[in-house]
Amino acid sequence: MINSIYKKYRFLIARRITQISVMVLYVIANVYGINILTGNLSSSLLLNTVPLSDPYAVLQMAVAGAIISVDILLGAFIISIFYMIVGGRVFCSWVCPVNMITDLANYLRRKFGFNQIQKKQPASRNIRYWVIAISFVISFFMGIAAFELISPISMIHRGIIFGLGFGWATILIIFLFDLFVLKNGWCGHICPLGGFYSLIGRFSLIRVHHNAPNCTACMKCKEVCPENQVLHMVTKTSIPVLSGECTNCGRCVEVCDDDALNFSIKNLKKGEQNEVR
Amino acid sequence: MSNINPHEDKEKKNMKTPANQPISERRKFFLTIARATGLAILGGLTWSAYVDEVKATSLILRPPGALSEDAFLANCIKCGMCVEACPFDTLKLAKPGDNKPLGTPFFEPRDIPCYMCIDIPCVPVCPTNALDIKSVQNKEKKLDINKAQMGVAVIDDSSCIAFWGIQCDACYRACPLLGEAINIEYTKNERTGKHAFLKPVVYPDVCTGCGLCEKACVTEKAAIFVLPREVALGRAGDYYIKGWDKKDEKRLENATSKTTTTQISKDSAVDSLNSSSDMEDLLK
Repeated sequence: MINSIYKKYRFLIARRITQISVMVLYVIANVYGINILTGNLSSSLLLNTVPLSDPYAVLQMAVAGAIISVDILLGAFIISIFYMIVGGRVFCSWVCPVNMITDLANYLRRKFGFNQIQKKQPASRNIRYWVIAISFVISFFMGIAAFELISPISMIHRGIIFGLGFGWATILIIFLFDLFVLKNGWCGHICPLGGFYSLIGRFSLIRVHHNAPNCTACMKCKEVCPENQVLHMVTKTSIPVLSGECTNCGRCVEVCDDDALNFSIKNLKKGEQNEVR
Repeated sequence: MSNINPHEDKEKKNMKTPANQPISERRKFFLTIARATGLAILGGLTWSAYVDEVKATSLILRPPGALSEDAFLANCIKCGMCVEACPFDTLKLAKPGDNKPLGTPFFEPRDIPCYMCIDIPCVPVCPTNALDIKSVQNKEKKLDINKAQMGVAVIDDSSCIAFWGIQCDACYRACPLLGEAINIEYTKNERTGKHAFLKPVVYPDVCTGCGLCEKACVTEKAAIFVLPREVALGRAGDYYIKGWDKKDEKRLENATSKTTTTQISKDSAVDSLNSSSDMEDLLK
């Protein structure tokens, strides 16, 4: 029993633990002065020495005309390299607190069957890249990092660490939007930070690999996947999930009863060698 | 724009498609592009309108060493390190509902003023230099909180009871730069003829804007309060110089002048006064 729960939810549990731990580390730094990880997801300091900064925020600031300091440049570099290795959107599924809200909305969508009354989603998943472009244009003309001023992600993680204010309304808006308006609406369509990490994630080494001969076409993976367009090869070919939009959340690996999906390191050589033998 | 071209008008008529007929691939392509562009403009304009609105909040007090408001907003990454460093919980990050640029640090002196720590813990932790350490250093590169310019105290003399003639020097006593940033001025109370006014006076050059005076003020709503320097202070400009002050005369070195050209500028001063037509021009 416990074993099967572990098998079905091991990554989900691990993700919730990391998401909550990161927030707890920030909170204890602010409240009790235990400085393991100070600051917040925009910019922080690990063990009082290693700077970490949100590369998308730093880019917006640069466009807005800020003089970028060595600290945040180094911080953005470290974060970028880290996510280039482990998967860009690992941030989304393993760190970002908004993920818990949208995952809940998505879970309820499946449980109550909202997906059945709204099969087709009336929006493109490329909106996020447009939002990135617009954010740079506005940052340039307004002289301020544009997305950082409206970012629900920042409102929520700052809210958890420094006090929420009306941030609960933001949480509710995202939740209702994802539940009733658009499936995977915020994280999968609009969020430019997710879009930014999708772009970085193209280089990622850790990938989900599909082993087509094992696949029984049950489609559980596609149902549970928040970015199911990345699983286009399922049932067809034994190739890794190469799209940067994959969040490496591992839900597909967990729900697969046939051992047809697994995490693996991307073979750096191109072509057939990426195929699972 | 495109309607001017008759060629295109003709084409438009040909392209008229009833709702039940499928549209051509080419048209579909253009429609998609037009829709995406339109939505991008719609989103972009709404977004910038919001950004412009929040940026316009000028009545906000920043931590010591903050760059000028525009530069500060561009440079602050909203990480909250200064807030965590502040031992008095003076600094807060703007949350939704505060009606201030989201996530930026600020303080409200009537609530908790800046206690002007000599080691200024909030400034060196700033990763982006939006809090500029150089602006709070003295000539020996040592931290000097007295150089901070967070704002300037302003007195509403209609509600300050010292200006009524009631003795109160709460703000003067609370000021960390007592006698320098706030001083007490003695004047005669003509109403009674035998009492004195002991009026507080703020010296904006010295005042750091810490807000200890605002916190100490005894009136129901503070009669002395801190405003951003950009809001509270005027600027005399280059035309007026304190001729008796050697230091102020130095400003002449950087003085600028602007030459305006009007109808009468084409003649010399004397000619323009003597020439009747130009005088009529002036009276028009």
